[in-house]
Amino acid sequence: MINIDSTVSQAPPKVEVSNLNFYYGDKQAIKNVNLVLPKNKITALIGPSGCGKTTLLRCFNRMHDLYDGNRYEGEIVLDGQVNILSRRIDPIEVRMRVGMVFQRPNPFPKSIFENVAYGLRVRGEKNKSFIADKVEEALKASALWDEVNDRLKDMAFTLSGGQQQRLCIARALATDPELILFDEPTSALDPIATRNIEDLMDGLKKQVTILIVTHSMQQAARLSDYTAFMYLGEMLECDRTEVIFKQAAQLRTRDYVSGQFG
Amino acid sequence: MAISSLSEAIAAPPRKQVIRRLKERFIESLLFLCAFSCVAVTIAIMVILGTESIGLFKTVSVWEFFTGTEWAPLFEPAKYGILPLVCGTLTTSAIALFVAIPIGTTIALFLSEFASQKVRVWVKPILEILAGVPTVVYGYFALLFVTPLLQLLFPDLPGFNMLAAGLVMGIMIVPQISSMSEDAMRSVPDELREGSYAAGATKLQTAWNVVFPAAFSGVSSSYILGISRAVGETMIVSIAAGLQAKISFNPMDSAATMTAYIVQVSLGDLPHASIGYQTIFAVGFLLVSMTLIFNTIGHWLKRHYREQY
Repeated sequence: MINIDSTVSQAPPKVEVSNLNFYYGDKQAIKNVNLVLPKNKITALIGPSGCGKTTLLRCFNRMHDLYDGNRYEGEIVLDGQVNILSRRIDPIEVRMRVGMVFQRPNPFPKSIFENVAYGLRVRGEKNKSFIADKVEEALKASALWDEVNDRLKDMAFTLSGGQQQRLCIARALATDPELILFDEPTSALDPIATRNIEDLMDGLKKQVTILIVTHSMQQAARLSDYTAFMYLGEMLECDRTEVIFKQAAQLRTRDYVSGQFG
Repeated sequence: MAISSLSEAIAAPPRKQVIRRLKERFIESLLFLCAFSCVAVTIAIMVILGTESIGLFKTVSVWEFFTGTEWAPLFEPAKYGILPLVCGTLTTSAIALFVAIPIGTTIALFLSEFASQKVRVWVKPILEILAGVPTVVYGYFALLFVTPLLQLLFPDLPGFNMLAAGLVMGIMIVPQISSMSEDAMRSVPDELREGSYAAGATKLQTAWNVVFPAAFSGVSSSYILGISRAVGETMIVSIAAGLQAKISFNPMDSAATMTAYIVQVSLGDLPHASIGYQTIFAVGFLLVSMTLIFNTIGHWLKRHYREQY
């Protein structure tokens, strides 16, 4: 029962997932998922714990390649051109185009400036003024510039949790990714910091396509343009967010978004 | 009935309470004494080294001891400048660290970031064997194997030399540095590594730019403890570096270290309270102070920079 509503395909697709299966060793965690991420939109992945949301998210930048015994089947096609799951594609190339923000802020033990410059440095960028411009641009886009521009040399640990998470967003933005993956980015933050990050993401979609995993249904409803509901490794339904929340096609989706189970 | 016996148990008779409390007190003091004995021994060693060396400073000025450039306390005229011994210690330790720090760090990075579980299971026990080799074996290894080997390269190398002793001492310290550094690197949370990979970094870039700096407190304290191990090492340098005290930073020279001097003198039969007898306490005091300082710095580094991720 895969329901890709016609409205989903109105915006041009940035990423198309087809017949995706994923295995941790022998255990199948993602079952035949089909999904379209429309360009410059925010798509939220919701579903009860252990349903495979994060596992699915981590397929988009091949994070599963870091650990032995993981296996993908199917396709994730970027811009209708490259299947990023293909064995011929270097996962590092994929990660150069797809950024990621994690559940807990994970700044590196470096200065604020070097944290944001990291992606450029590992790409071999040497031009100092270019790096400085990019860092400033990314910090402005992540609404952190005004708070840190006078202490860029300070260690990143000196920032608050919410600031650290915005720093991680700046780190992902600095390399001009086409798609950013957010893995429950506000679950470790207080309501005010959460609000800041949500406002920020809403502004970011002008530049990038966003896929976010969230536990909070309110967050999905507030933030996303499209919502995909996952259950036991399957994608039960994906549609415009208001459709999912008001008139979902499936009973299970309706039960979940109305808080009947979770 | 049940209720009343419960309340009786709570309000135990005072005598029982007192006995229980005394028992607890007794065991606590016993544990405290065990822990304190280590501290007491350390303090006692320092006190004895200090008081015994005071005798020396009645005949020799502190200034002469620390700035004199000749060390010959058992000859006529006696000279009491500690610098040649310090120089021997520093040179051999420097050579050892020159070997141990790069190799130890590389092994740690390899084991923690690159090696598969299979390789790690094999390499770690081998390193532990290396750590368990008695230092006297290392000493003869330096004298009878490494020196002849080096003489093929440098025909003028004397039979006793600081180079061979330092190199072998370095190999001895490698397991300590690699194992402590590896522990520090492995305790870096995976979230940091994933953050780096997600930014498009390779394995090597991640290991070098993220894991190594994140683990630096532990890694640097392993270096400092390595230094103090090198400074205190006795057997290897006594056997392979020579017993002649002289100021030389040339690795190709033979030279006595502080530890080698102590061994040399304490093996002879020096009369108690003679000046030669007092010198080994003074040298020992300086040696213990040096290693104590390094150990303190090492532990401070570890504590001060811990858990910043």
